Amino acid sequence: MKSRYLIPLAVFIVIVGFLAVGLKNDPKRVPSPLVGKPAPRFELPTLYDPEEKITPEKLRGKVWLLNVWASWCVSCRAEHEVIKRLARMNLVPVYGLNYKDEEADAKAWLGQLGNPYEASLVDREGNVGIDWGVYGVPETFVIDKKGIIRHKVIGPVNDEILQETLVPLIRKLIEEEG
Amino acid sequence: MRRLFLPLLLLVPLLAQGAIEVHQFDDPQKEKIYKELIDELRCLVCQNQNLADSNAELAQDLRQKTYEMVEAGKSKDEIVDWMVARYGDFVLYRPPLQRNTLLLWIGPFLIFLVGVVVLVRFIRRRPAGGEEVLSEEERRKAEALLRGDGEDGT
Repeated sequence: MKSRYLIPLAVFIVIVGFLAVGLKNDPKRVPSPLVGKPAPRFELPTLYDPEEKITPEKLRGKVWLLNVWASWCVSCRAEHEVIKRLARMNLVPVYGLNYKDEEADAKAWLGQLGNPYEASLVDREGNVGIDWGVYGVPETFVIDKKGIIRHKVIGPVNDEILQETLVPLIRKLIEEEG
Repeated sequence: MRRLFLPLLLLVPLLAQGAIEVHQFDDPQKEKIYKELIDELRCLVCQNQNLADSNAELAQDLRQKTYEMVEAGKSKDEIVDWMVARYGDFVLYRPPLQRNTLLLWIGPFLIFLVGVVVLVRFIRRRPAGGEEVLSEEERRKAEALLRGDGEDGT
């Protein structure tokens, strides 16, 4: 058999290879340039105490999570049980970033589904969200003791991500020097 | 009645106004920068649209930010850097030439080159036909056929 009859087959295999890799890539997942960088600063009031202002500097020295949520966000509802489970582990404080939401709606939402957050920071205009590169709620950031963003979960956190990624990472970060 | 009704129907499209915000610029140069930017920046939510085309809420916010920065006199590069710092190279419809985009930029030229090589080889290998010279005997045969008196007498 002449080898040139194999050329179409070879081309076909190459194309299949590219398509197979393409299938595994999720275009919705845009890697954040902020991972490995200091958390963008903000100063935001909390949902239940507008007088209390929280900044990343205040949280220096501990590992913490920032979970971006909103009452209008459907997948936030789906991940909420997992976030509650994570908070109940008492590993690290979980802060919420209440993104472009109405105060009453946000409070009703937490009242109905339970409030796992240490505090929810209110980002009415979404400016902090933009600084943190939020483009699809929910998103979850892991911040280390030095105030560096170490990981970002885009989309709802499920049990698999929780057990296989977040918990091991958090344990590791707690061990690190502050 | 009908005469009045039909012209009234012409007013219906006025109800269907798009909900796109209008920005005022004091300087046409700034307006140009703004238009170029929202044309080249990509919407993160609806990924195959640029900021100009998208009506997603984040795209509206980012258009607003772009407008504010342009009005504040920031240059195009500064605004692009601001976007990239937050959302990565993904926001650029015109990705920068760097190590991980090298293939993207030179890939088409590589494929073109491969095509040229294949074409040249194909042409070279083709037998140089068309100019085959007839032997003396063949020529005689052909002339006889053309004259119409075949040798075999038909």
